Amino acid sequence: MSEQPIFQCKDLKIEARPIGKDPIPIVKGVTFDIYPGQVVALIGESGSGKTTISLSSLGYTKPGLYFSGGQAVLLGKDMVTLPPEQQRQQRGEHVAYLAQSAAATFNPALKINEQVTESAVLTGSLTQAEADKRARELYEALELPDPDRIGGRYPHQVSGGQLQRLMAAMALVEKPSLLVLDEPTTALDVTTQIEVLKAFKKVIEEEDSAAIYVTHDLAVVAQIADHIVVLYGGEIMEQGPTDQIVSNPTHAYTKRLMAAVRPPPAAGQGEGTGGEHRRDVPALEVKNVDAGYGRKADGSVAIRILKDVSLSVERGHVVGIIGESGCGKSTLARVMAGILPAASGDVVLDGQTLKPDLRNRSRDELRRVQFVFQMADTALNPRQTIGDIIGRPLTFYHGLTGRKRRERVLEILRLVELPLEFEGRVPAELSGGQKQRVGLARALAADPEVIICDEVTSALDTIVAANIIKLLRRLRDQLGVSYVFISHDLSTVASFADELAVLYNGRLVDFGPVDEVLSPPWHQYTELLVKSVPEMRVGWLDEIAEEQQKLATNFKAGEYA
Amino acid sequence: MWQLVIRRIGIGIVLIWVVSVLIFALTQVLPGDAAQIRLGQQATPESLAALRKEMGLDRPAIVQYFDWVGRLATGDLGISAAGGATIQSLIGNRINNTLFMTVVVSVISIPISVLLGLLAAMYPGRLLDRIVTSATLGLIAVPDFFVAILLILFLAVQLNLVPAVSYLSGSEGFWKSLQVLTLPIATLVIVISAQMIRMTRAGVLNVMSSPYIEMAILKGIPRRRIILRHALFNAIGPIVNVIALNLAYLVSGVVVVETIFSYPGLAKLMVDGVQTRDIPLVQACGMIFCSTYVILILIADIASIVSNPRLRHPK
Amino acid sequence: MTDTQMSTTAQAATNTDDEKTIYDELPDAPPRAGLRLSWTGKISVLIVAVWIVIAFAGPYIAPFNEAEFIEEDLQGDFYDDPSFLSPNAQVYLGTDYLGRDVLSRVLWGARTTIGISFVATLLAYFVGITLGIAAAVAGGWTDTILSRLDDAILSFPNIMLGLIIIAAFGSSIPLLIVLAGLVYAASVYRIARALGQDIMVSDFVEAARARGEGLWWIITREVLPNAAMPLATDFGLRLVFVILFISSLSFLGLGVQPPISDWGSMVRENLQGLGNGFWGGAIASLAPAFAIASLTIAINLIVDDITAHAGGSLAKKMV
Repeated sequence: MSEQPIFQCKDLKIEARPIGKDPIPIVKGVTFDIYPGQVVALIGESGSGKTTISLSSLGYTKPGLYFSGGQAVLLGKDMVTLPPEQQRQQRGEHVAYLAQSAAATFNPALKINEQVTESAVLTGSLTQAEADKRARELYEALELPDPDRIGGRYPHQVSGGQLQRLMAAMALVEKPSLLVLDEPTTALDVTTQIEVLKAFKKVIEEEDSAAIYVTHDLAVVAQIADHIVVLYGGEIMEQGPTDQIVSNPTHAYTKRLMAAVRPPPAAGQGEGTGGEHRRDVPALEVKNVDAGYGRKADGSVAIRILKDVSLSVERGHVVGIIGESGCGKSTLARVMAGILPAASGDVVLDGQTLKPDLRNRSRDELRRVQFVFQMADTALNPRQTIGDIIGRPLTFYHGLTGRKRRERVLEILRLVELPLEFEGRVPAELSGGQKQRVGLARALAADPEVIICDEVTSALDTIVAANIIKLLRRLRDQLGVSYVFISHDLSTVASFADELAVLYNGRLVDFGPVDEVLSPPWHQYTELLVKSVPEMRVGWLDEIAEEQQKLATNFKAGEYA
Repeated sequence: MWQLVIRRIGIGIVLIWVVSVLIFALTQVLPGDAAQIRLGQQATPESLAALRKEMGLDRPAIVQYFDWVGRLATGDLGISAAGGATIQSLIGNRINNTLFMTVVVSVISIPISVLLGLLAAMYPGRLLDRIVTSATLGLIAVPDFFVAILLILFLAVQLNLVPAVSYLSGSEGFWKSLQVLTLPIATLVIVISAQMIRMTRAGVLNVMSSPYIEMAILKGIPRRRIILRHALFNAIGPIVNVIALNLAYLVSGVVVVETIFSYPGLAKLMVDGVQTRDIPLVQACGMIFCSTYVILILIADIASIVSNPRLRHPK
Repeated sequence: MTDTQMSTTAQAATNTDDEKTIYDELPDAPPRAGLRLSWTGKISVLIVAVWIVIAFAGPYIAPFNEAEFIEEDLQGDFYDDPSFLSPNAQVYLGTDYLGRDVLSRVLWGARTTIGISFVATLLAYFVGITLGIAAAVAGGWTDTILSRLDDAILSFPNIMLGLIIIAAFGSSIPLLIVLAGLVYAASVYRIARALGQDIMVSDFVEAARARGEGLWWIITREVLPNAAMPLATDFGLRLVFVILFISSLSFLGLGVQPPISDWGSMVRENLQGLGNGFWGGAIASLAPAFAIASLTIAINLIVDDITAHAGGSLAKKMV
């Protein structure tokens, strides 16, 4: 390419300056170029500095961070040293930012249209009437419903996926030369994500603008980016065309990142270890369970979340439960553990029906079903040491105290591959993956038969999550424990589970061995879910777009409401 | 939204009723015998019994309460135990005096506080902000009378600019009254503004740190518009809330200030009533103050309901 | 060891698995700042410490008894009028309207003012926390009844409740303590309940309940340790409010009764001295007023320092 780059990062350095402490480097000298029409993805795990770098194109740093060297040149002007007034003009006209959560970035007190058009009108590049017309065109291009009137609404009056697209309209109104997209689809459900992704890709192509796409999701990157920059700890590990990075990574870190990515869900990935452990009585069964929140006068639940759900967990098996947000999968987990008593139906442990409310279950029954939470941060008492957290179930269920208890704690730490000196630490001193291991260790300390894992890998980075899955798998083989593995991430579940349960709107729509569920004859919702999971190859989005669209339309037309 | 507002007003009415029950219970039922207090230890049993009958204390508490509330509702505040004068005649002018002072204090302090609070929040960490935050931090931590005696010492005694005592005969004109009232008004303005500035600043800063303000900055919106359109629009609710809360706080402030400056207001009357243990007077003044307080808090709550865009524009 | 060092060693320690030789998980968040007091905070701690010592030792280090009238000077000559004497080698802060040593009365008064306020705050905390946590844990009817009762108390301005109760019962030190304790228990209840509710719905409490732990364990081991730190800072603020409340009542002549020395009463008693100029009597009123201000401002500055470090969530609740 012989053109001038639209944006250039030249040895950019950014540091945090905590009060009364030495500066901490966040971005350690990063250099890359973006040419017109090019979409460059910044990928990396949390703490890699990818968002910080992307914001430098607007000459902006989050509070507490400061530019400490290098340049961020947008259309020939260094945004770092530009006077504030000119910086402001650049931001309005030439570069636009799309944040992860549209719900938080729209001002709740102003109508959508005003927020979409104000920047263009203020810089004087468009009159209010022109801006309104342009906004309407964008609403249409982004396939928003009722483009004539949606701008007159307030942000809380439209759905999350729509708001995400409206934010894109807000960014595109002035035809910026550079778009900065910061994890714009991460917060969305998989079937919604694909629509938004398609809309973004289409608009970026039509408008012919360059873009920085920040994400941790490699499969998404493969669909939308021309060029990938791989970041770790504020430094570039590797950069190159998307094809090369995805199919032929050279740097060790990129290779590890690629290895941690799960292949798209398909039949034949499961472990198939189930058979040898099989017994007549399932470890845990759920029979015709209804559950929800609130009580009506007649004793039934006011808000019904789960409707007539039945499934069984064989000994030593992994049952994956998948579904989109709000489908009731976490509620099902809580019903199994007895945290939320079922309104009707039974939870059966090893052939014996459990009381719905855990307060009425015996200590031994409680011991045999353990629960691991999604957010390791909040699931561990910040005021207890790791030793106490793991030791408590030992005392509570097994009566271990003193030296015996301590020995067992150390044994369990070894089992979950944590260093023994963690015994004396408090949770705040651990990283996210380590905390999740402690959560698992606490469950193991009870010596359970079934462990319910509620989105245990969702809050973790790709590589860390992959390691947790590896650990779970080893523990299953070693201890013969069964898992109920709840996740919205179909790829992770498909590679790990023996049986798969698909929930939609509180109902179990599909249940069976992974290979059966994930191969024809499909249940139409399962098919829609599977086809919506981005594959890590270039061009997938274009191929699948039409098919997915058709599935979605068919499904919505179907009887599942 | 209107449902919420009406509900909130309903709660306010219930609270005023609860306040009346509590005031009555605390003053008339719990302490035992009002007649004994009035006559002192030397009273003969006969005169005690006679007075009880006269005051209606021999009836059940519930009957006494409804009698009291019934008279209160018709505007009959009863008879002072100390002088035998009707309480209306005692309260008459004084309620106007107190009202006059609080209105002047509000008119001065509200604009000053909102402006200073906004300015401090617009430029956090700058000199103005640092001066404002440390000065107000000091002021909210000291007693009201501390501010008052410093003002007396410097303005009245050392510089001899204004009188140290704010006695009103009732014949002064508006400007003369204001001059007499300089010190109590200045004291209350300082005390109330300190609170209001801090809360306004906190409210605006809270809005300024929200993601949609960051987004507005990234959209290249000029600073003035960010503050006036994006931030202030969202901060108006909290600010109105702060104002109403602090006017409610004035209710406490006037008690100390009227006493220290011997200002013939309602609060001074009540404090005198407490000292002479004039129960009917304390009950009446207490009801007036507490109801005002409950109503102001109610206004604060309604302000935050009405200013919430989610409630104003339902789905 | 600082937090940064800790997390680095924690990172290094995970390298047991040979695949994890490099590219460990990056730290979740920047290291938290430890509690470090600013210079104003340090001075404030010193001031509070000095007043605490005086509250205990005041009567022993004071040159005179709180009720003692100064009648003769150091030479043994009688004063014509011992009231509102200017400070001299005998009475370092002069005398009050009855001719008593102001310094001695400030030192004696520290015990009364700080003592009453502290005991009242303790009472407020005991009642407020017990009921607040109980409401948060029990929920349902217990919570509704306690909270409505709390609303009723909070619908009185504090000083009004004080005036009404004193009008009915008369003023005495035990009554002041109970009064201030109950008035402020209402606001402690709110905070304790809110904190308790936040903690009760947290995952680690849910984990304890799923394990089958009893209520006692959950309250004492899971909820209270996590509520302790935020409540401790709130205690400081609440103590300031109680000191101001009791001083105001005393200032109105409705609190601590003579001849016991108490800072709020002293300001009132000597108000007439304000007209005599700074050294000629104003100091008798200013000295106890400054004593109150120095203590309350110092506590406030310490609390401010702590909340600035500990983040804002509780600070917001305390406004």
